[in-house]
Amino acid sequence: MLVAEQLEKSIGGKRIIHPISFKVTRGEFVTVLGPNGAGKSTLFKLLSLATQPSKGKIFINGSKATTLSSNLRKEIGVISHHTFLYDNLSALENLKFYGQAYQVCDLDKRIKEVLRFVGLQLYIHDPVRTYSRGMQQRLSIARAILHNPSILFLDEPYTGLDQHAIQILNSVLQSLNKDNRTIFMITHNYEEALTLSNRLIVLTKGKVVYDADTSGIKAEDFRRIYLELVGSEKS
Amino acid sequence: MINALKAVIWKDIIMEYKTKQMTSSMLVFSGLVIVIFGFAFELSIEVLHKVLPGMIWVAMIFSSILGLNRSFMLEKNNDCMQGMLLLPCDRTIIFLGKFCANFLFVLLTQIIIVPGFFVFFDYRFQGGLGLLVLILLVGTIGFIAIGTFLAALASNSRMSDMLLPIILFPITVPLIIAGVQSTSLIFQGQGFDAISQWFYLMLVFDVIFLVIPYMLFDYVMEV
Repeated sequence: MLVAEQLEKSIGGKRIIHPISFKVTRGEFVTVLGPNGAGKSTLFKLLSLATQPSKGKIFINGSKATTLSSNLRKEIGVISHHTFLYDNLSALENLKFYGQAYQVCDLDKRIKEVLRFVGLQLYIHDPVRTYSRGMQQRLSIARAILHNPSILFLDEPYTGLDQHAIQILNSVLQSLNKDNRTIFMITHNYEEALTLSNRLIVLTKGKVVYDADTSGIKAEDFRRIYLELVGSEKS
Repeated sequence: MINALKAVIWKDIIMEYKTKQMTSSMLVFSGLVIVIFGFAFELSIEVLHKVLPGMIWVAMIFSSILGLNRSFMLEKNNDCMQGMLLLPCDRTIIFLGKFCANFLFVLLTQIIIVPGFFVFFDYRFQGGLGLLVLILLVGTIGFIAIGTFLAALASNSRMSDMLLPIILFPITVPLIIAGVQSTSLIFQGQGFDAISQWFYLMLVFDVIFLVIPYMLFDYVMEV
């Protein structure tokens, strides 16, 4: 479970995130949408414990979290449009590095499991620089779930992916969500968000302006709501 | 913690083994220093006694800068630094891991380059070899410790290649002076008593250059 209480972030005197509070329960798939500069990436960094909030608190599975909560980071897996992978190392070497750092038990077996899960078991010894963008993103998913985190954060995971790669990514995300894993995604792609998520949050100018579950919402209706929200904030 | 430290060191070593980017550039640069000095001066044994310690330190310092710059540049590709910051360990572990790996690479270069100086200049070293090794080790530890910290700081800048030497050299001047002076005394055949003052000064700087980054690394990464 993920809880944000009056979370606030200012950078250089400018308030990027206004006080935000929400609760994400176990197994929920939440997507945050918003225009450029809405503060989505800052919120992502705060919740994934990459940066410290100016004010407010974050609780992960009941424990108060800060950037110093190194043990709580084991509960988190992060997938970004950057892969966090070393181009010159093979898939096996990249996963070994992260696995050792996360103290994954029976690492070799686990690496084979996650590579099979993302369909890259045949490319285990190939350097990452020889992978296509879609394969790199799948390996990035393998890296993020290697230590079996209970919460997955995704920041613009569709960036640079073709339709086929998007389909693969979606099926991987759906099966991860079925495992009762909490998923928190940030994207511009509201169609994918509606298909995958249980809940949508719209962020504009650092404020939550929409927070509702996705049941019964059609893509066309949400598009109209979204444009109204974003348009009214801009004007 | 220890697992994360080992993982960071192992990752840097295996990357260097595959790319050889740091060690090759450091070795080529040091080799050039040897050749250029060799052709630039007519060096008699007496002159060599006085200038060789300086040459060794010049080669060590400038080649280390090349390596240090590369060290954090590799982490910028695919935002790997962010991946490291998310590891379940104290962030100072990243500093310690990077420091150990950089120290290892510079040490490897020195093992090749220092004898290279003696061979190229046909110089018969008659001082205490143990003392020379000790001074080079102590000097390298301090230089690489603060260099690793400042390389992390400079890596967020667009001009990191230029920024690192500009901020690193003034800070390390006392360490370099102590290193050159004590090496010079060793070349003259002096024992530990003669170099002890310089040696203790270097030790103090080593402690400072290890403790300050250890305390500030988390803050630097946050900025």
